[in-house]
Amino acid sequence: MTKKTMLTIVRSMLAGMAFAALAVTASAQIANLGVTIDNFTFSPNQIMVKSGETVTWTNKDDIPHTVTSTDNVFRSKALDTDDKFSFTFTTPGTYKYFCSLHPRMTGTIVVEASSTK
Amino acid sequence: MTNQHDGPNRRKVLECMTWAGTGVLWTISGGVPHSLGLLGEARAAEAKGLTFLQISDSHMGFDKPANPNAKGTLEEAIGQIKTIPIKPAFMIHTGDITHLSKESEFDDAEQIIAQAKLDVHYVPGEHDIIDPDIKFYKDRYGRGTKGSGYYSFDANGVHFMGLVNVANLKGGGMGSLGAEQLEWIEDDLKGRSASQPIVVFAHIPLWTVYPQWGWGTDDSAQALAYLKRFGSVTVLNGHIHQVMQKVEGNVTFHTALSTAFPQPAPGTAPSAGPMKVPADKLRTMLGTANVTFKQGEQRVAIIDTPLQS
Repeated sequence: MTKKTMLTIVRSMLAGMAFAALAVTASAQIANLGVTIDNFTFSPNQIMVKSGETVTWTNKDDIPHTVTSTDNVFRSKALDTDDKFSFTFTTPGTYKYFCSLHPRMTGTIVVEASSTK
Repeated sequence: MTNQHDGPNRRKVLECMTWAGTGVLWTISGGVPHSLGLLGEARAAEAKGLTFLQISDSHMGFDKPANPNAKGTLEEAIGQIKTIPIKPAFMIHTGDITHLSKESEFDDAEQIIAQAKLDVHYVPGEHDIIDPDIKFYKDRYGRGTKGSGYYSFDANGVHFMGLVNVANLKGGGMGSLGAEQLEWIEDDLKGRSASQPIVVFAHIPLWTVYPQWGWGTDDSAQALAYLKRFGSVTVLNGHIHQVMQKVEGNVTFHTALSTAFPQPAPGTAPSAGPMKVPADKLRTMLGTANVTFKQGEQRVAIIDTPLQS
């Protein structure tokens, strides 16, 4: 392998990595706004959103769950299989929540101030 | 034994009881458990003492793959109860009557369970108090109860306490009785003779079965401390949809089968969710429990009867 060929390979690898990094950022931003309830677990367990953004929880279990804020900021009805609950966070802060039926299930939403004023 | 609307015949039930007895028919005497072994002995005890039934986790409205017809299996369980040769004194239901606390689900449960023609003493499971004001459970079963629905009564010299450990649960915790109910328990037991047998029933186990799945009650130790001086304490729960038992001093803990769907043994699955088993196995994992006191001897025999042996 010549030095030039190796350089070409490294360049294309770097370009590929940069592209992958961009793709990850984009999908992470979308995925951030959804929490899946599966196997008695909130997933992802902790997410960061910007103030003004809406988070949607979807229950994929065969058992109902709730999304209940520890500080009574939000509280869903019981979500049956495939039911969804959405809440729009308007104030920055850390919001802990749990399932009021299975309180070992806990999660956190961290809301950051929106950068655009 | 397949799905029979007219219920299994008496011979079949006795066979089931015998089968169950090999695993779970037992007694305690002076705090030392020993196998009762013979069905004949259990039936002799029934004739003299108090026999009642425990039914649990009916989950009316559940229609997922683990059992698309939870209503049908509750009907089978009640059909089986109707064939018991010696009529039990009453029935207790240890919660999760419904799956989603819907009025129609409570209606179905009441209609089916009424066919047993027995008085039923209920405590709620977390699935029964989902509606915001807990209206449906309270309207039907809350009369004469305290707080979130706890109460006590006496039958044949045995003191029964129906407790609620599914209300006002805190994030990160397990089941909870709460300070107010604990105070009531202490008060309710005050002045009672230590020789009076006590039966405590609640939905979530009052001993820690598996904390990772929330199978326990955070403040149950306090309640058990109030029960310590009694010579015979029986604690009956549901919630975990499988038979589990433990003896600790004078206290015997026992969980009942569900009539709706089985759940995995602790830690054997990614979560405690409904367990799908082959269709021909389902009815061996659903059923009811029969509890017998032989009066004056402080002993209790619990027989778990599956829908199909």
